[in-house]
Amino acid sequence: MIAKELVVIGGGPAGLCAAIAAAESGSRVLILDRSARLGGQLIKQTHKFFGSENQYAKTRGFDIAKILLSRVDTFADLIEIWVEATVVALYPDKVLTVVQDGKYIKIQAKAIVVAAGASEKFLAFENNDLPGVYGAGAVQTLMNVYGVRPADRVLMVGSGNIGLIVSYQLMQAGVKVAAIVEAAPRIGGYKVHASKIARLGVPILTSTTVLRAVGETCVKQAVTVKLDPAWKPIPGTESVHDVDAICVAVGLTPLTSLLAMAGAMTSYIPELGGYAPILTDEHESTLADVFVAGDAAGVEEASSAMVEGRLAGLCAAKRLGYPHADFDDIVSECHAQLAGLRNGPFGCKTCAGIAKMREVRDHAR
Amino acid sequence: MKQEIPFTFDGVPMTGRVGDTVASALHAAGVMKLSSSIKRHRPRGFYCAIGNCSSCHMIVDGKSNVKTCVTPLRAGMKVETQTGKGVVR
Ligand SMILES: Cc1cc2nc3c(=O)[nH]c(=O)nc-3n(C[C@H](O)[C@H](O)[C@H](O)COP(=O)(O)OP(=O)(O)OC[C@H]3O[C@@H](n4cnc5c(N)ncnc54)[C@H](O)[C@@H]3O)c2cc1C
Ligand code: FES
Repeated sequence: MIAKELVVIGGGPAGLCAAIAAAESGSRVLILDRSARLGGQLIKQTHKFFGSENQYAKTRGFDIAKILLSRVDTFADLIEIWVEATVVALYPDKVLTVVQDGKYIKIQAKAIVVAAGASEKFLAFENNDLPGVYGAGAVQTLMNVYGVRPADRVLMVGSGNIGLIVSYQLMQAGVKVAAIVEAAPRIGGYKVHASKIARLGVPILTSTTVLRAVGETCVKQAVTVKLDPAWKPIPGTESVHDVDAICVAVGLTPLTSLLAMAGAMTSYIPELGGYAPILTDEHESTLADVFVAGDAAGVEEASSAMVEGRLAGLCAAKRLGYPHADFDDIVSECHAQLAGLRNGPFGCKTCAGIAKMREVRDHAR
Repeated sequence: MKQEIPFTFDGVPMTGRVGDTVASALHAAGVMKLSSSIKRHRPRGFYCAIGNCSSCHMIVDGKSNVKTCVTPLRAGMKVETQTGKGVVR
Protein backbone atom coordinates (compact mmCIF):
# COMPACT_ATOMS: atom_id res chain seq x y z
CA MET A 1 0.00 0.00 0.00
CA ILE A 2 1.28 3.45 -0.98
CA ALA A 3 0.55 6.35 1.39
CA LYS A 4 -0.38 9.76 -0.06
CA GLU A 5 -1.64 13.05 1.39
CA LEU A 6 -4.26 14.41 -0.98
CA VAL A 7 -5.40 12.29 -3.92
CA VAL A 8 -7.36 14.00 -6.71
CA ILE A 9 -9.39 11.64 -8.90
CA GLY A 10 -9.65 13.17 -12.37
CA GLY A 11 -7.48 15.81 -14.06
CA GLY A 12 -10.17 17.92 -15.74
CA PRO A 13 -10.73 21.60 -14.91
CA ALA A 14 -12.10 20.75 -11.43
CA GLY A 15 -9.30 18.33 -10.51
CA LEU A 16 -6.51 20.58 -11.83
CA CYS A 17 -7.85 23.59 -9.90
CA ALA A 18 -8.20 21.48 -6.75
CA ALA A 19 -4.59 20.31 -7.09
CA ILE A 20 -3.30 23.84 -7.69
CA ALA A 21 -5.19 25.27 -4.70
CA ALA A 22 -4.02 22.46 -2.40
CA ALA A 23 -0.41 22.85 -3.53
CA GLU A 24 -0.63 26.64 -3.03
CA SER A 25 -1.66 25.81 0.53
CA GLY A 26 1.38 23.55 0.96
CA SER A 27 -0.15 20.08 0.60
CA ARG A 28 1.34 17.27 -1.44
CA VAL A 29 -1.06 16.11 -4.16
CA LEU A 30 -1.38 13.08 -6.42
CA ILE A 31 -3.55 13.54 -9.54
CA LEU A 32 -4.91 10.33 -11.09
CA ASP A 33 -6.44 10.29 -14.56
CA ARG A 34 -7.45 7.36 -16.70
CA SER A 35 -6.68 9.03 -20.00
CA ALA A 36 -3.25 9.68 -21.46
CA ARG A 37 -3.65 13.48 -21.34
CA LEU A 38 -4.81 15.78 -18.55
CA GLY A 39 -7.44 18.44 -19.17
CA GLY A 40 -10.66 16.41 -19.10
CA GLN A 41 -13.35 17.66 -21.47
CA LEU A 42 -11.44 20.90 -22.09
CA ILE A 43 -9.03 19.33 -24.57
CA LYS A 44 -11.79 18.73 -27.12
CA GLN A 45 -13.38 22.15 -26.84
CA THR A 46 -12.23 24.30 -29.73
CA HIS A 47 -14.86 26.98 -29.14
CA LYS A 48 -14.43 30.12 -27.04
CA PHE A 49 -15.97 29.91 -23.59
CA PHE A 50 -18.79 31.94 -22.17
CA GLY A 51 -18.78 33.08 -18.59
CA SER A 52 -16.69 35.50 -16.62
CA GLU A 53 -13.15 36.80 -17.21
CA ASN A 54 -12.10 35.14 -13.94
CA GLN A 55 -12.76 31.75 -15.56
CA TYR A 56 -11.07 32.55 -18.88
CA ALA A 57 -14.19 33.50 -20.84
CA LYS A 58 -13.46 34.16 -24.55
CA THR A 59 -10.59 31.65 -24.34
CA ARG A 60 -10.84 28.33 -26.18
CA GLY A 61 -11.28 25.24 -24.00
CA PHE A 62 -8.02 23.56 -24.95
CA ASP A 63 -6.12 26.79 -24.27
CA ILE A 64 -7.65 26.90 -20.77
CA ALA A 65 -6.30 23.38 -20.25
CA LYS A 66 -2.83 24.60 -21.26
CA ILE A 67 -3.03 27.51 -18.80
CA LEU A 68 -4.05 25.20 -15.94
CA LEU A 69 -1.37 22.63 -16.79
CA SER A 70 1.36 25.27 -16.78
CA ARG A 71 0.14 26.32 -13.30
CA VAL A 72 0.37 22.68 -12.22
CA ASP A 73 3.94 22.53 -13.60
CA THR A 74 5.04 25.35 -11.29
CA PHE A 75 4.30 23.03 -8.34
CA ALA A 76 6.38 20.12 -9.67
CA ASP A 77 7.81 19.52 -6.18
CA LEU A 78 4.34 19.07 -4.63
CA ILE A 79 2.08 17.75 -7.42
CA GLU A 80 2.61 14.23 -8.72
CA ILE A 81 0.71 13.07 -11.81
CA TRP A 82 -0.23 9.55 -12.89
CA VAL A 83 -1.91 9.21 -16.28
CA GLU A 84 -3.48 6.11 -17.81
CA ALA A 85 -4.29 5.37 -14.18
CA THR A 86 -7.94 4.41 -13.63
CA VAL A 87 -9.43 4.46 -10.15
CA VAL A 88 -11.58 1.33 -10.03
CA ALA A 89 -12.46 1.29 -6.34
CA LEU A 90 -12.87 3.66 -3.42
CA TYR A 91 -13.37 2.43 0.15
CA PRO A 92 -14.74 4.27 3.21
CA ASP A 93 -11.31 4.27 4.87
CA LYS A 94 -9.96 6.35 1.93
CA VAL A 95 -8.18 3.46 0.29
CA LEU A 96 -8.23 3.58 -3.51
CA THR A 97 -7.52 0.84 -6.03
CA VAL A 98 -5.87 2.11 -9.19
CA VAL A 99 -5.24 0.12 -12.37
CA GLN A 100 -2.20 1.24 -14.29
CA ASP A 101 -0.41 -0.73 -16.97
CA GLY A 102 -2.35 -3.89 -16.11
CA LYS A 103 -1.37 -3.71 -12.43
CA TYR A 104 -3.57 -3.07 -9.40
CA ILE A 105 -2.11 -0.49 -7.04
CA LYS A 106 -3.53 0.32 -3.58
CA ILE A 107 -3.25 3.82 -2.19
CA GLN A 108 -4.09 5.01 1.30
CA ALA A 109 -5.04 8.70 1.06
CA LYS A 110 -5.46 11.15 3.92
CA ALA A 111 -7.98 13.18 1.92
CA ILE A 112 -9.56 12.82 -1.50
CA VAL A 113 -11.10 15.16 -4.07
CA VAL A 114 -13.37 13.30 -6.48
CA ALA A 115 -13.37 15.25 -9.77
CA ALA A 116 -14.26 12.44 -12.15
CA GLY A 117 -16.66 14.50 -14.28
CA ALA A 118 -19.82 13.16 -15.88
CA SER A 119 -20.96 10.57 -18.36
CA GLU A 120 -23.25 11.04 -21.32
CA LYS A 121 -26.87 10.01 -20.98
CA PHE A 122 -28.37 7.53 -23.37
CA LEU A 123 -31.73 7.49 -25.12
CA ALA A 124 -34.10 4.56 -25.67
CA PHE A 125 -35.05 3.99 -29.32
CA GLU A 126 -35.09 1.03 -31.68
CA ASN A 127 -31.61 -0.11 -32.79
CA ASN A 128 -29.93 2.42 -30.50
CA ASP A 129 -27.04 -0.04 -30.07
CA LEU A 130 -25.92 0.03 -33.73
CA PRO A 131 -22.42 1.28 -34.45
CA GLY A 132 -22.95 4.83 -35.65
CA VAL A 133 -25.06 5.85 -32.66
CA TYR A 134 -22.62 8.01 -30.72
CA GLY A 135 -22.61 10.36 -27.79
CA ALA A 136 -22.12 13.96 -28.94
CA GLY A 137 -19.01 14.23 -26.78
CA ALA A 138 -17.58 11.14 -28.46
CA VAL A 139 -17.96 12.68 -31.89
CA GLN A 140 -16.35 15.86 -30.61
CA THR A 141 -13.46 13.87 -29.12
CA LEU A 142 -12.94 11.95 -32.34
CA MET A 143 -12.73 15.02 -34.54
CA ASN A 144 -11.11 17.59 -32.23
CA VAL A 145 -8.67 15.44 -30.26
CA TYR A 146 -7.77 12.73 -32.80
CA GLY A 147 -8.46 14.56 -36.07
CA VAL A 148 -10.68 11.75 -37.34
CA ARG A 149 -13.80 12.58 -39.36
CA PRO A 150 -16.60 10.91 -37.38
CA ALA A 151 -19.14 10.42 -40.20
CA ASP A 152 -20.42 11.93 -43.46
CA ARG A 153 -24.01 12.81 -42.55
CA VAL A 154 -25.25 13.17 -38.99
CA LEU A 155 -28.59 13.48 -37.23
CA MET A 156 -28.15 15.39 -33.96
CA VAL A 157 -30.55 14.50 -31.16
CA GLY A 158 -30.85 17.32 -28.62
CA SER A 159 -30.59 21.10 -29.03
CA GLY A 160 -28.89 22.00 -25.76
CA ASN A 161 -25.57 23.84 -25.96
CA ILE A 162 -23.64 20.62 -26.47
CA GLY A 163 -25.86 19.53 -29.38
CA LEU A 164 -25.61 22.97 -30.95
CA ILE A 165 -21.85 23.42 -30.46
CA VAL A 166 -21.00 19.93 -31.67
CA SER A 167 -23.27 20.41 -34.73
CA TYR A 168 -21.41 23.57 -35.60
CA GLN A 169 -18.03 21.90 -35.15
CA LEU A 170 -19.16 18.98 -37.34
CA MET A 171 -20.02 21.45 -40.10
CA GLN A 172 -16.61 23.10 -39.67
CA ALA A 173 -15.09 19.65 -40.19
CA GLY A 174 -17.04 19.28 -43.44
CA VAL A 175 -19.64 16.86 -42.07
CA LYS A 176 -23.22 17.40 -43.19
CA VAL A 177 -25.73 17.80 -40.35
CA ALA A 178 -29.07 16.58 -41.72
CA ALA A 179 -31.11 18.05 -38.88
CA ILE A 180 -31.14 18.70 -35.15
CA VAL A 181 -34.18 17.21 -33.42
CA GLU A 182 -35.45 18.40 -30.05
CA ALA A 183 -38.22 16.66 -28.11
CA ALA A 184 -39.15 19.81 -26.20
CA PRO A 185 -41.24 22.50 -27.92
CA ARG A 186 -38.32 24.95 -27.85
CA ILE A 187 -34.56 25.01 -28.44
CA GLY A 188 -32.58 24.23 -25.31
CA GLY A 189 -29.26 26.03 -25.84
CA TYR A 190 -28.12 29.63 -26.28
CA LYS A 191 -29.83 31.54 -29.08
CA VAL A 192 -26.53 32.73 -30.60
CA HIS A 193 -25.47 29.14 -31.26
CA ALA A 194 -28.88 28.17 -32.65
CA SER A 195 -29.03 31.18 -34.99
CA LYS A 196 -25.54 30.48 -36.32
CA ILE A 197 -26.59 26.93 -37.21
CA ALA A 198 -29.96 27.93 -38.65
CA ARG A 199 -28.18 30.46 -40.89
CA LEU A 200 -26.10 27.61 -42.31
CA GLY A 201 -29.32 25.93 -43.39
CA VAL A 202 -29.59 23.16 -40.81
CA PRO A 203 -33.19 22.63 -39.70
CA ILE A 204 -33.76 22.54 -35.94
CA LEU A 205 -36.94 20.49 -35.53
CA THR A 206 -38.62 21.05 -32.16
CA SER A 207 -41.26 18.67 -30.72
CA THR A 208 -39.50 15.94 -32.69
CA THR A 209 -37.54 12.89 -31.62
CA VAL A 210 -35.68 9.94 -33.10
CA LEU A 211 -37.87 6.86 -33.44
CA ARG A 212 -35.37 4.32 -34.71
CA ALA A 213 -32.04 3.74 -36.36
CA VAL A 214 -32.04 1.68 -39.55
CA GLY A 215 -29.18 -0.60 -40.61
CA GLU A 216 -27.77 -4.12 -40.25
CA THR A 217 -24.20 -3.64 -39.08
CA CYS A 218 -24.12 0.14 -38.82
CA VAL A 219 -26.44 3.15 -39.11
CA LYS A 220 -27.73 3.80 -42.65
CA GLN A 221 -30.82 5.87 -41.86
CA ALA A 222 -32.64 7.54 -38.99
CA VAL A 223 -36.39 7.81 -38.63
CA THR A 224 -37.72 10.82 -36.74
CA VAL A 225 -41.25 11.58 -35.60
CA LYS A 226 -43.22 14.59 -34.37
CA LEU A 227 -44.42 14.63 -30.76
CA ASP A 228 -47.73 15.88 -29.41
CA PRO A 229 -47.85 18.16 -26.34
CA ALA A 230 -47.81 15.02 -24.13
CA TRP A 231 -44.57 13.91 -25.87
CA LYS A 232 -46.33 11.01 -27.60
CA PRO A 233 -45.33 10.24 -31.23
CA ILE A 234 -47.92 11.45 -33.75
CA PRO A 235 -48.63 8.60 -36.22
CA GLY A 236 -48.04 9.50 -39.85
CA THR A 237 -45.46 12.19 -39.10
CA GLU A 238 -42.40 9.95 -39.50
CA SER A 239 -39.63 11.10 -41.79
CA VAL A 240 -36.54 9.25 -42.95
CA HIS A 241 -33.05 10.80 -43.01
CA ASP A 242 -30.13 9.26 -44.87
CA VAL A 243 -27.38 9.50 -42.27
CA ASP A 244 -24.45 7.33 -41.21
CA ALA A 245 -24.41 8.57 -37.63
CA ILE A 246 -26.90 9.57 -34.95
CA CYS A 247 -25.43 11.84 -32.31
CA VAL A 248 -27.06 11.70 -28.91
CA ALA A 249 -26.77 14.99 -26.99
CA VAL A 250 -29.37 14.58 -24.27
CA GLY A 251 -27.32 15.66 -21.32
CA LEU A 252 -24.85 14.33 -18.83
CA THR A 253 -25.08 12.65 -15.47
CA PRO A 254 -22.53 12.95 -12.60
CA LEU A 255 -20.06 10.06 -12.30
CA THR A 256 -20.80 9.11 -8.72
CA SER A 257 -20.09 5.37 -8.87
CA LEU A 258 -16.89 5.59 -6.80
CA LEU A 259 -18.63 7.76 -4.18
CA ALA A 260 -21.56 5.36 -4.02
CA MET A 261 -19.18 2.43 -3.63
CA ALA A 262 -17.52 4.08 -0.65
CA GLY A 263 -20.94 4.69 0.88
CA ALA A 264 -21.20 8.45 0.40
CA MET A 265 -24.80 9.61 0.30
CA THR A 266 -26.26 10.50 -3.11
CA SER A 267 -29.73 11.57 -4.10
CA TYR A 268 -31.66 11.76 -7.37
CA ILE A 269 -31.73 15.42 -8.34
CA PRO A 270 -32.74 15.91 -11.99
CA GLU A 271 -31.55 19.55 -12.02
CA LEU A 272 -28.00 18.31 -11.30
CA GLY A 273 -28.14 15.61 -13.97
CA GLY A 274 -29.24 12.55 -11.97
CA TYR A 275 -27.79 10.97 -8.83
CA ALA A 276 -25.69 13.67 -7.18
CA PRO A 277 -23.63 13.54 -3.98
CA ILE A 278 -24.87 15.26 -0.84
CA LEU A 279 -22.25 17.88 0.03
CA THR A 280 -21.47 20.49 2.67
CA ASP A 281 -20.88 24.08 1.58
CA GLU A 282 -17.16 23.18 1.61
CA HIS A 283 -17.92 20.43 -0.95
CA GLU A 284 -17.24 17.59 1.48
CA SER A 285 -19.33 14.45 0.97
CA THR A 286 -20.97 12.54 3.81
CA LEU A 287 -17.67 10.63 4.11
CA ALA A 288 -15.20 12.65 6.19
CA ASP A 289 -12.24 14.03 4.18
CA VAL A 290 -13.75 13.01 0.82
CA PHE A 291 -14.54 16.13 -1.23
CA VAL A 292 -16.29 16.41 -4.62
CA ALA A 293 -15.98 19.09 -7.31
CA GLY A 294 -17.00 19.79 -10.89
CA ASP A 295 -19.47 17.79 -12.96
CA ALA A 296 -19.18 14.89 -10.48
CA ALA A 297 -20.91 17.14 -7.93
CA GLY A 298 -23.68 18.11 -10.36
CA VAL A 299 -23.49 18.69 -14.11
CA GLU A 300 -22.76 22.31 -14.86
CA GLU A 301 -19.91 24.02 -16.71
CA ALA A 302 -16.15 24.19 -16.81
CA SER A 303 -16.21 27.69 -15.31
CA SER A 304 -18.01 26.56 -12.17
CA ALA A 305 -16.01 23.30 -12.14
CA MET A 306 -12.82 25.34 -11.80
CA VAL A 307 -14.16 27.39 -8.89
CA GLU A 308 -15.57 24.31 -7.14
CA GLY A 309 -12.22 22.57 -7.62
CA ARG A 310 -10.40 25.50 -6.07
CA LEU A 311 -12.80 25.50 -3.13
CA ALA A 312 -12.53 21.75 -2.55
CA GLY A 313 -8.73 21.83 -2.89
CA LEU A 314 -8.41 24.63 -0.31
CA CYS A 315 -10.74 22.92 2.16
CA ALA A 316 -9.08 19.51 1.74
CA ALA A 317 -5.64 21.06 2.30
CA LYS A 318 -6.86 22.87 5.39
CA ARG A 319 -8.21 19.60 6.74
CA LEU A 320 -4.74 18.10 6.28
CA GLY A 321 -3.21 20.91 8.33
CA TYR A 322 -2.26 23.27 5.50
CA PRO A 323 -4.54 26.28 5.75
CA HIS A 324 -3.89 28.75 2.93
CA ALA A 325 -2.60 32.12 4.22
CA ASP A 326 -5.67 33.82 2.67
CA PHE A 327 -8.06 30.94 3.26
CA ASP A 328 -11.10 32.93 4.38
CA ASP A 329 -10.76 35.55 1.65
CA ILE A 330 -10.35 33.01 -1.16
CA VAL A 331 -13.22 30.85 0.10
CA SER A 332 -15.63 33.77 0.19
CA GLU A 333 -14.38 34.87 -3.23
CA CYS A 334 -15.11 31.36 -4.58
CA HIS A 335 -18.63 31.42 -3.16
CA ALA A 336 -19.20 34.87 -4.69
CA GLN A 337 -17.92 33.68 -8.09
CA LEU A 338 -20.17 30.61 -8.01
CA ALA A 339 -23.17 32.78 -7.17
CA GLY A 340 -22.28 35.06 -10.08
CA LEU A 341 -21.91 32.18 -12.53
CA ARG A 342 -25.28 30.75 -11.46
CA ASN A 343 -27.04 34.06 -11.93
CA GLY A 344 -28.12 33.55 -15.56
CA PRO A 345 -31.15 31.77 -17.03
CA PHE A 346 -29.28 28.44 -17.08
CA GLY A 347 -27.87 28.96 -13.61
CA CYS A 348 -31.29 28.98 -11.98
CA LYS A 349 -31.62 25.29 -12.77
CA THR A 350 -28.39 24.57 -10.89
CA CYS A 351 -29.53 26.75 -8.00
CA ALA A 352 -32.79 24.79 -7.78
CA GLY A 353 -30.77 21.55 -7.80
CA ILE A 354 -28.45 22.76 -5.06
CA ALA A 355 -31.43 23.87 -2.97
CA LYS A 356 -32.90 20.36 -3.30
CA MET A 357 -29.56 18.80 -2.39
CA ARG A 358 -29.37 20.98 0.74
CA GLU A 359 -32.89 20.00 1.68
CA VAL A 360 -31.97 16.31 1.50
CA ARG A 361 -28.81 17.04 3.48
CA ASP A 362 -30.55 18.96 6.24
CA HIS A 363 -33.28 16.36 6.45
CA ALA A 364 -30.72 13.56 6.85
CA ARG A 365 -28.93 15.30 9.72
CA MET B 1 1.50 14.28 -41.99
CA LYS B 2 1.87 12.69 -38.56
CA GLN B 3 4.09 9.65 -38.13
CA GLU B 4 2.37 6.36 -38.92
CA ILE B 5 1.96 3.48 -36.44
CA PRO B 6 1.54 -0.05 -37.80
CA PHE B 7 -0.85 -2.50 -36.10
CA THR B 8 -3.08 -5.41 -37.07
CA PHE B 9 -6.86 -5.70 -36.86
CA ASP B 10 -8.14 -9.30 -36.98
CA GLY B 11 -4.89 -10.19 -38.70
CA VAL B 12 -5.08 -7.45 -41.34
CA PRO B 13 -2.18 -4.95 -41.31
CA MET B 14 -3.32 -1.35 -40.76
CA THR B 15 -1.78 1.98 -39.85
CA GLY B 16 -2.81 4.65 -37.38
CA ARG B 17 -1.12 7.94 -36.53
CA VAL B 18 0.82 9.24 -33.55
CA GLY B 19 -1.68 10.42 -30.93
CA ASP B 20 -4.37 7.91 -31.96
CA THR B 21 -6.17 5.59 -29.58
CA VAL B 22 -6.93 2.08 -30.86
CA ALA B 23 -10.57 3.10 -31.49
CA SER B 24 -9.74 6.37 -33.30
CA ALA B 25 -7.28 4.57 -35.58
CA LEU B 26 -9.88 1.92 -36.41
CA HIS B 27 -12.56 4.54 -37.06
CA ALA B 28 -10.22 6.45 -39.37
CA ALA B 29 -9.67 3.15 -41.23
CA GLY B 30 -13.43 2.70 -41.62
CA VAL B 31 -13.90 0.01 -38.95
CA MET B 32 -17.07 0.71 -36.96
CA LYS B 33 -17.87 -2.67 -35.41
CA LEU B 34 -15.53 -3.31 -32.49
CA SER B 35 -17.27 -6.15 -30.67
CA SER B 36 -20.54 -8.05 -30.51
CA SER B 37 -22.98 -8.01 -27.66
CA ILE B 38 -22.97 -10.71 -24.99
CA LYS B 39 -26.33 -12.43 -25.58
CA ARG B 40 -27.57 -11.70 -29.08
CA HIS B 41 -24.22 -10.94 -30.70
CA ARG B 42 -25.37 -7.65 -32.11
CA PRO B 43 -22.63 -5.40 -33.52
CA ARG B 44 -21.16 -2.84 -31.13
CA GLY B 45 -19.17 0.31 -31.86
CA PHE B 46 -17.88 2.94 -29.46
CA TYR B 47 -20.31 5.29 -27.72
CA CYS B 48 -18.64 7.73 -25.31
CA ALA B 49 -14.98 7.76 -26.43
CA ILE B 50 -13.82 8.74 -22.93
CA GLY B 51 -13.80 5.41 -21.10
CA ASN B 52 -17.21 5.52 -19.43
CA CYS B 53 -19.47 3.05 -21.22
CA SER B 54 -17.53 -0.17 -22.10
CA SER B 55 -19.05 -0.26 -25.59
CA CYS B 56 -15.60 -0.38 -27.20
CA HIS B 57 -14.20 -3.52 -25.55
CA MET B 58 -11.79 -5.45 -27.79
CA ILE B 59 -9.02 -7.99 -27.49
CA VAL B 60 -5.66 -6.20 -27.54
CA ASP B 61 -2.46 -8.23 -27.53
CA GLY B 62 -4.45 -11.21 -26.29
CA LYS B 63 -6.16 -9.36 -23.43
CA SER B 64 -9.97 -9.15 -23.49
CA ASN B 65 -12.14 -6.22 -22.39
CA VAL B 66 -9.66 -3.49 -23.22
CA LYS B 67 -11.36 -0.08 -23.47
CA THR B 68 -9.97 0.78 -26.87
CA CYS B 69 -11.23 4.38 -26.82
CA VAL B 70 -8.77 5.34 -24.07
CA THR B 71 -5.95 2.95 -25.01
CA PRO B 72 -3.19 4.72 -26.93
CA LEU B 73 -2.22 2.91 -30.14
CA ARG B 74 1.27 1.43 -30.00
CA ALA B 75 3.35 0.00 -32.83
CA GLY B 76 2.81 -3.71 -33.45
CA MET B 77 -0.40 -3.98 -31.42
CA LYS B 78 -2.55 -7.00 -32.24
CA VAL B 79 -6.18 -5.84 -32.11
CA GLU B 80 -9.06 -8.31 -32.44
CA THR B 81 -12.86 -8.10 -32.50
CA GLN B 82 -14.28 -9.32 -29.20
CA THR B 83 -17.30 -11.62 -29.09
CA GLY B 84 -19.34 -11.69 -25.90
CA LYS B 85 -17.64 -11.33 -22.54
CA GLY B 86 -14.15 -12.18 -23.76
CA VAL B 87 -11.89 -14.82 -22.29
CA VAL B 88 -8.98 -14.95 -19.88
CA ARG B 89 -6.05 -16.49 -21.72
C1 LIG C 1 -19.53 19.91 -26.18
C2 LIG C 1 -19.31 20.57 -24.85
C3 LIG C 1 -19.23 21.96 -24.80
C4 LIG C 1 -19.02 22.60 -23.59
N1 LIG C 1 -18.91 23.98 -23.57
C5 LIG C 1 -18.66 24.64 -22.40
C6 LIG C 1 -18.50 26.07 -22.38
O1 LIG C 1 -18.58 26.76 -23.42
N2 LIG C 1 -18.24 26.66 -21.18
C7 LIG C 1 -18.13 25.92 -20.03
O2 LIG C 1 -17.88 26.51 -18.96
N3 LIG C 1 -18.29 24.57 -20.04
C8 LIG C 1 -18.56 23.91 -21.18
N4 LIG C 1 -18.72 22.54 -21.20
C9 LIG C 1 -18.74 21.81 -19.92
C10 LIG C 1 -17.39 21.48 -19.36
O3 LIG C 1 -16.56 20.89 -20.33
C11 LIG C 1 -17.53 20.52 -18.18
O4 LIG C 1 -18.49 21.02 -17.30
C12 LIG C 1 -16.19 20.41 -17.44
O5 LIG C 1 -15.22 19.84 -18.28
C13 LIG C 1 -16.33 19.58 -16.16
O6 LIG C 1 -15.08 19.50 -15.54
P1 LIG C 1 -14.69 18.34 -14.56
O7 LIG C 1 -13.26 18.59 -14.19
O8 LIG C 1 -15.69 18.23 -13.52
O9 LIG C 1 -14.80 17.00 -15.43
P2 LIG C 1 -14.06 16.50 -16.74
O10 LIG C 1 -13.59 17.61 -17.57
O11 LIG C 1 -14.98 15.53 -17.35
O12 LIG C 1 -12.79 15.72 -16.18
C14 LIG C 1 -12.90 14.52 -15.49
C15 LIG C 1 -11.60 13.75 -15.59
O13 LIG C 1 -11.66 12.64 -14.71
C16 LIG C 1 -11.10 11.52 -15.32
N5 LIG C 1 -11.70 10.33 -14.69
C17 LIG C 1 -13.01 9.98 -14.64
N6 LIG C 1 -13.17 8.83 -13.96
C18 LIG C 1 -11.94 8.44 -13.57
C19 LIG C 1 -11.46 7.32 -12.83
N7 LIG C 1 -12.28 6.37 -12.35
N8 LIG C 1 -10.13 7.21 -12.63
C20 LIG C 1 -9.28 8.15 -13.12
N9 LIG C 1 -9.68 9.24 -13.81
C21 LIG C 1 -10.99 9.38 -14.04
C22 LIG C 1 -11.44 11.69 -16.79
O14 LIG C 1 -10.54 11.00 -17.60
C23 LIG C 1 -11.34 13.21 -16.97
O15 LIG C 1 -10.05 13.62 -17.40
C24 LIG C 1 -18.91 21.85 -22.39
C25 LIG C 1 -18.98 20.45 -22.44
C26 LIG C 1 -19.16 19.79 -23.65
C27 LIG C 1 -19.20 18.27 -23.67
S1 FES D 1 -16.58 4.07 -26.00
FE1 FES D 1 -17.32 4.24 -23.99
S2 FES D 1 -15.75 3.20 -22.89
FE2 FES D 1 -14.93 3.30 -24.85
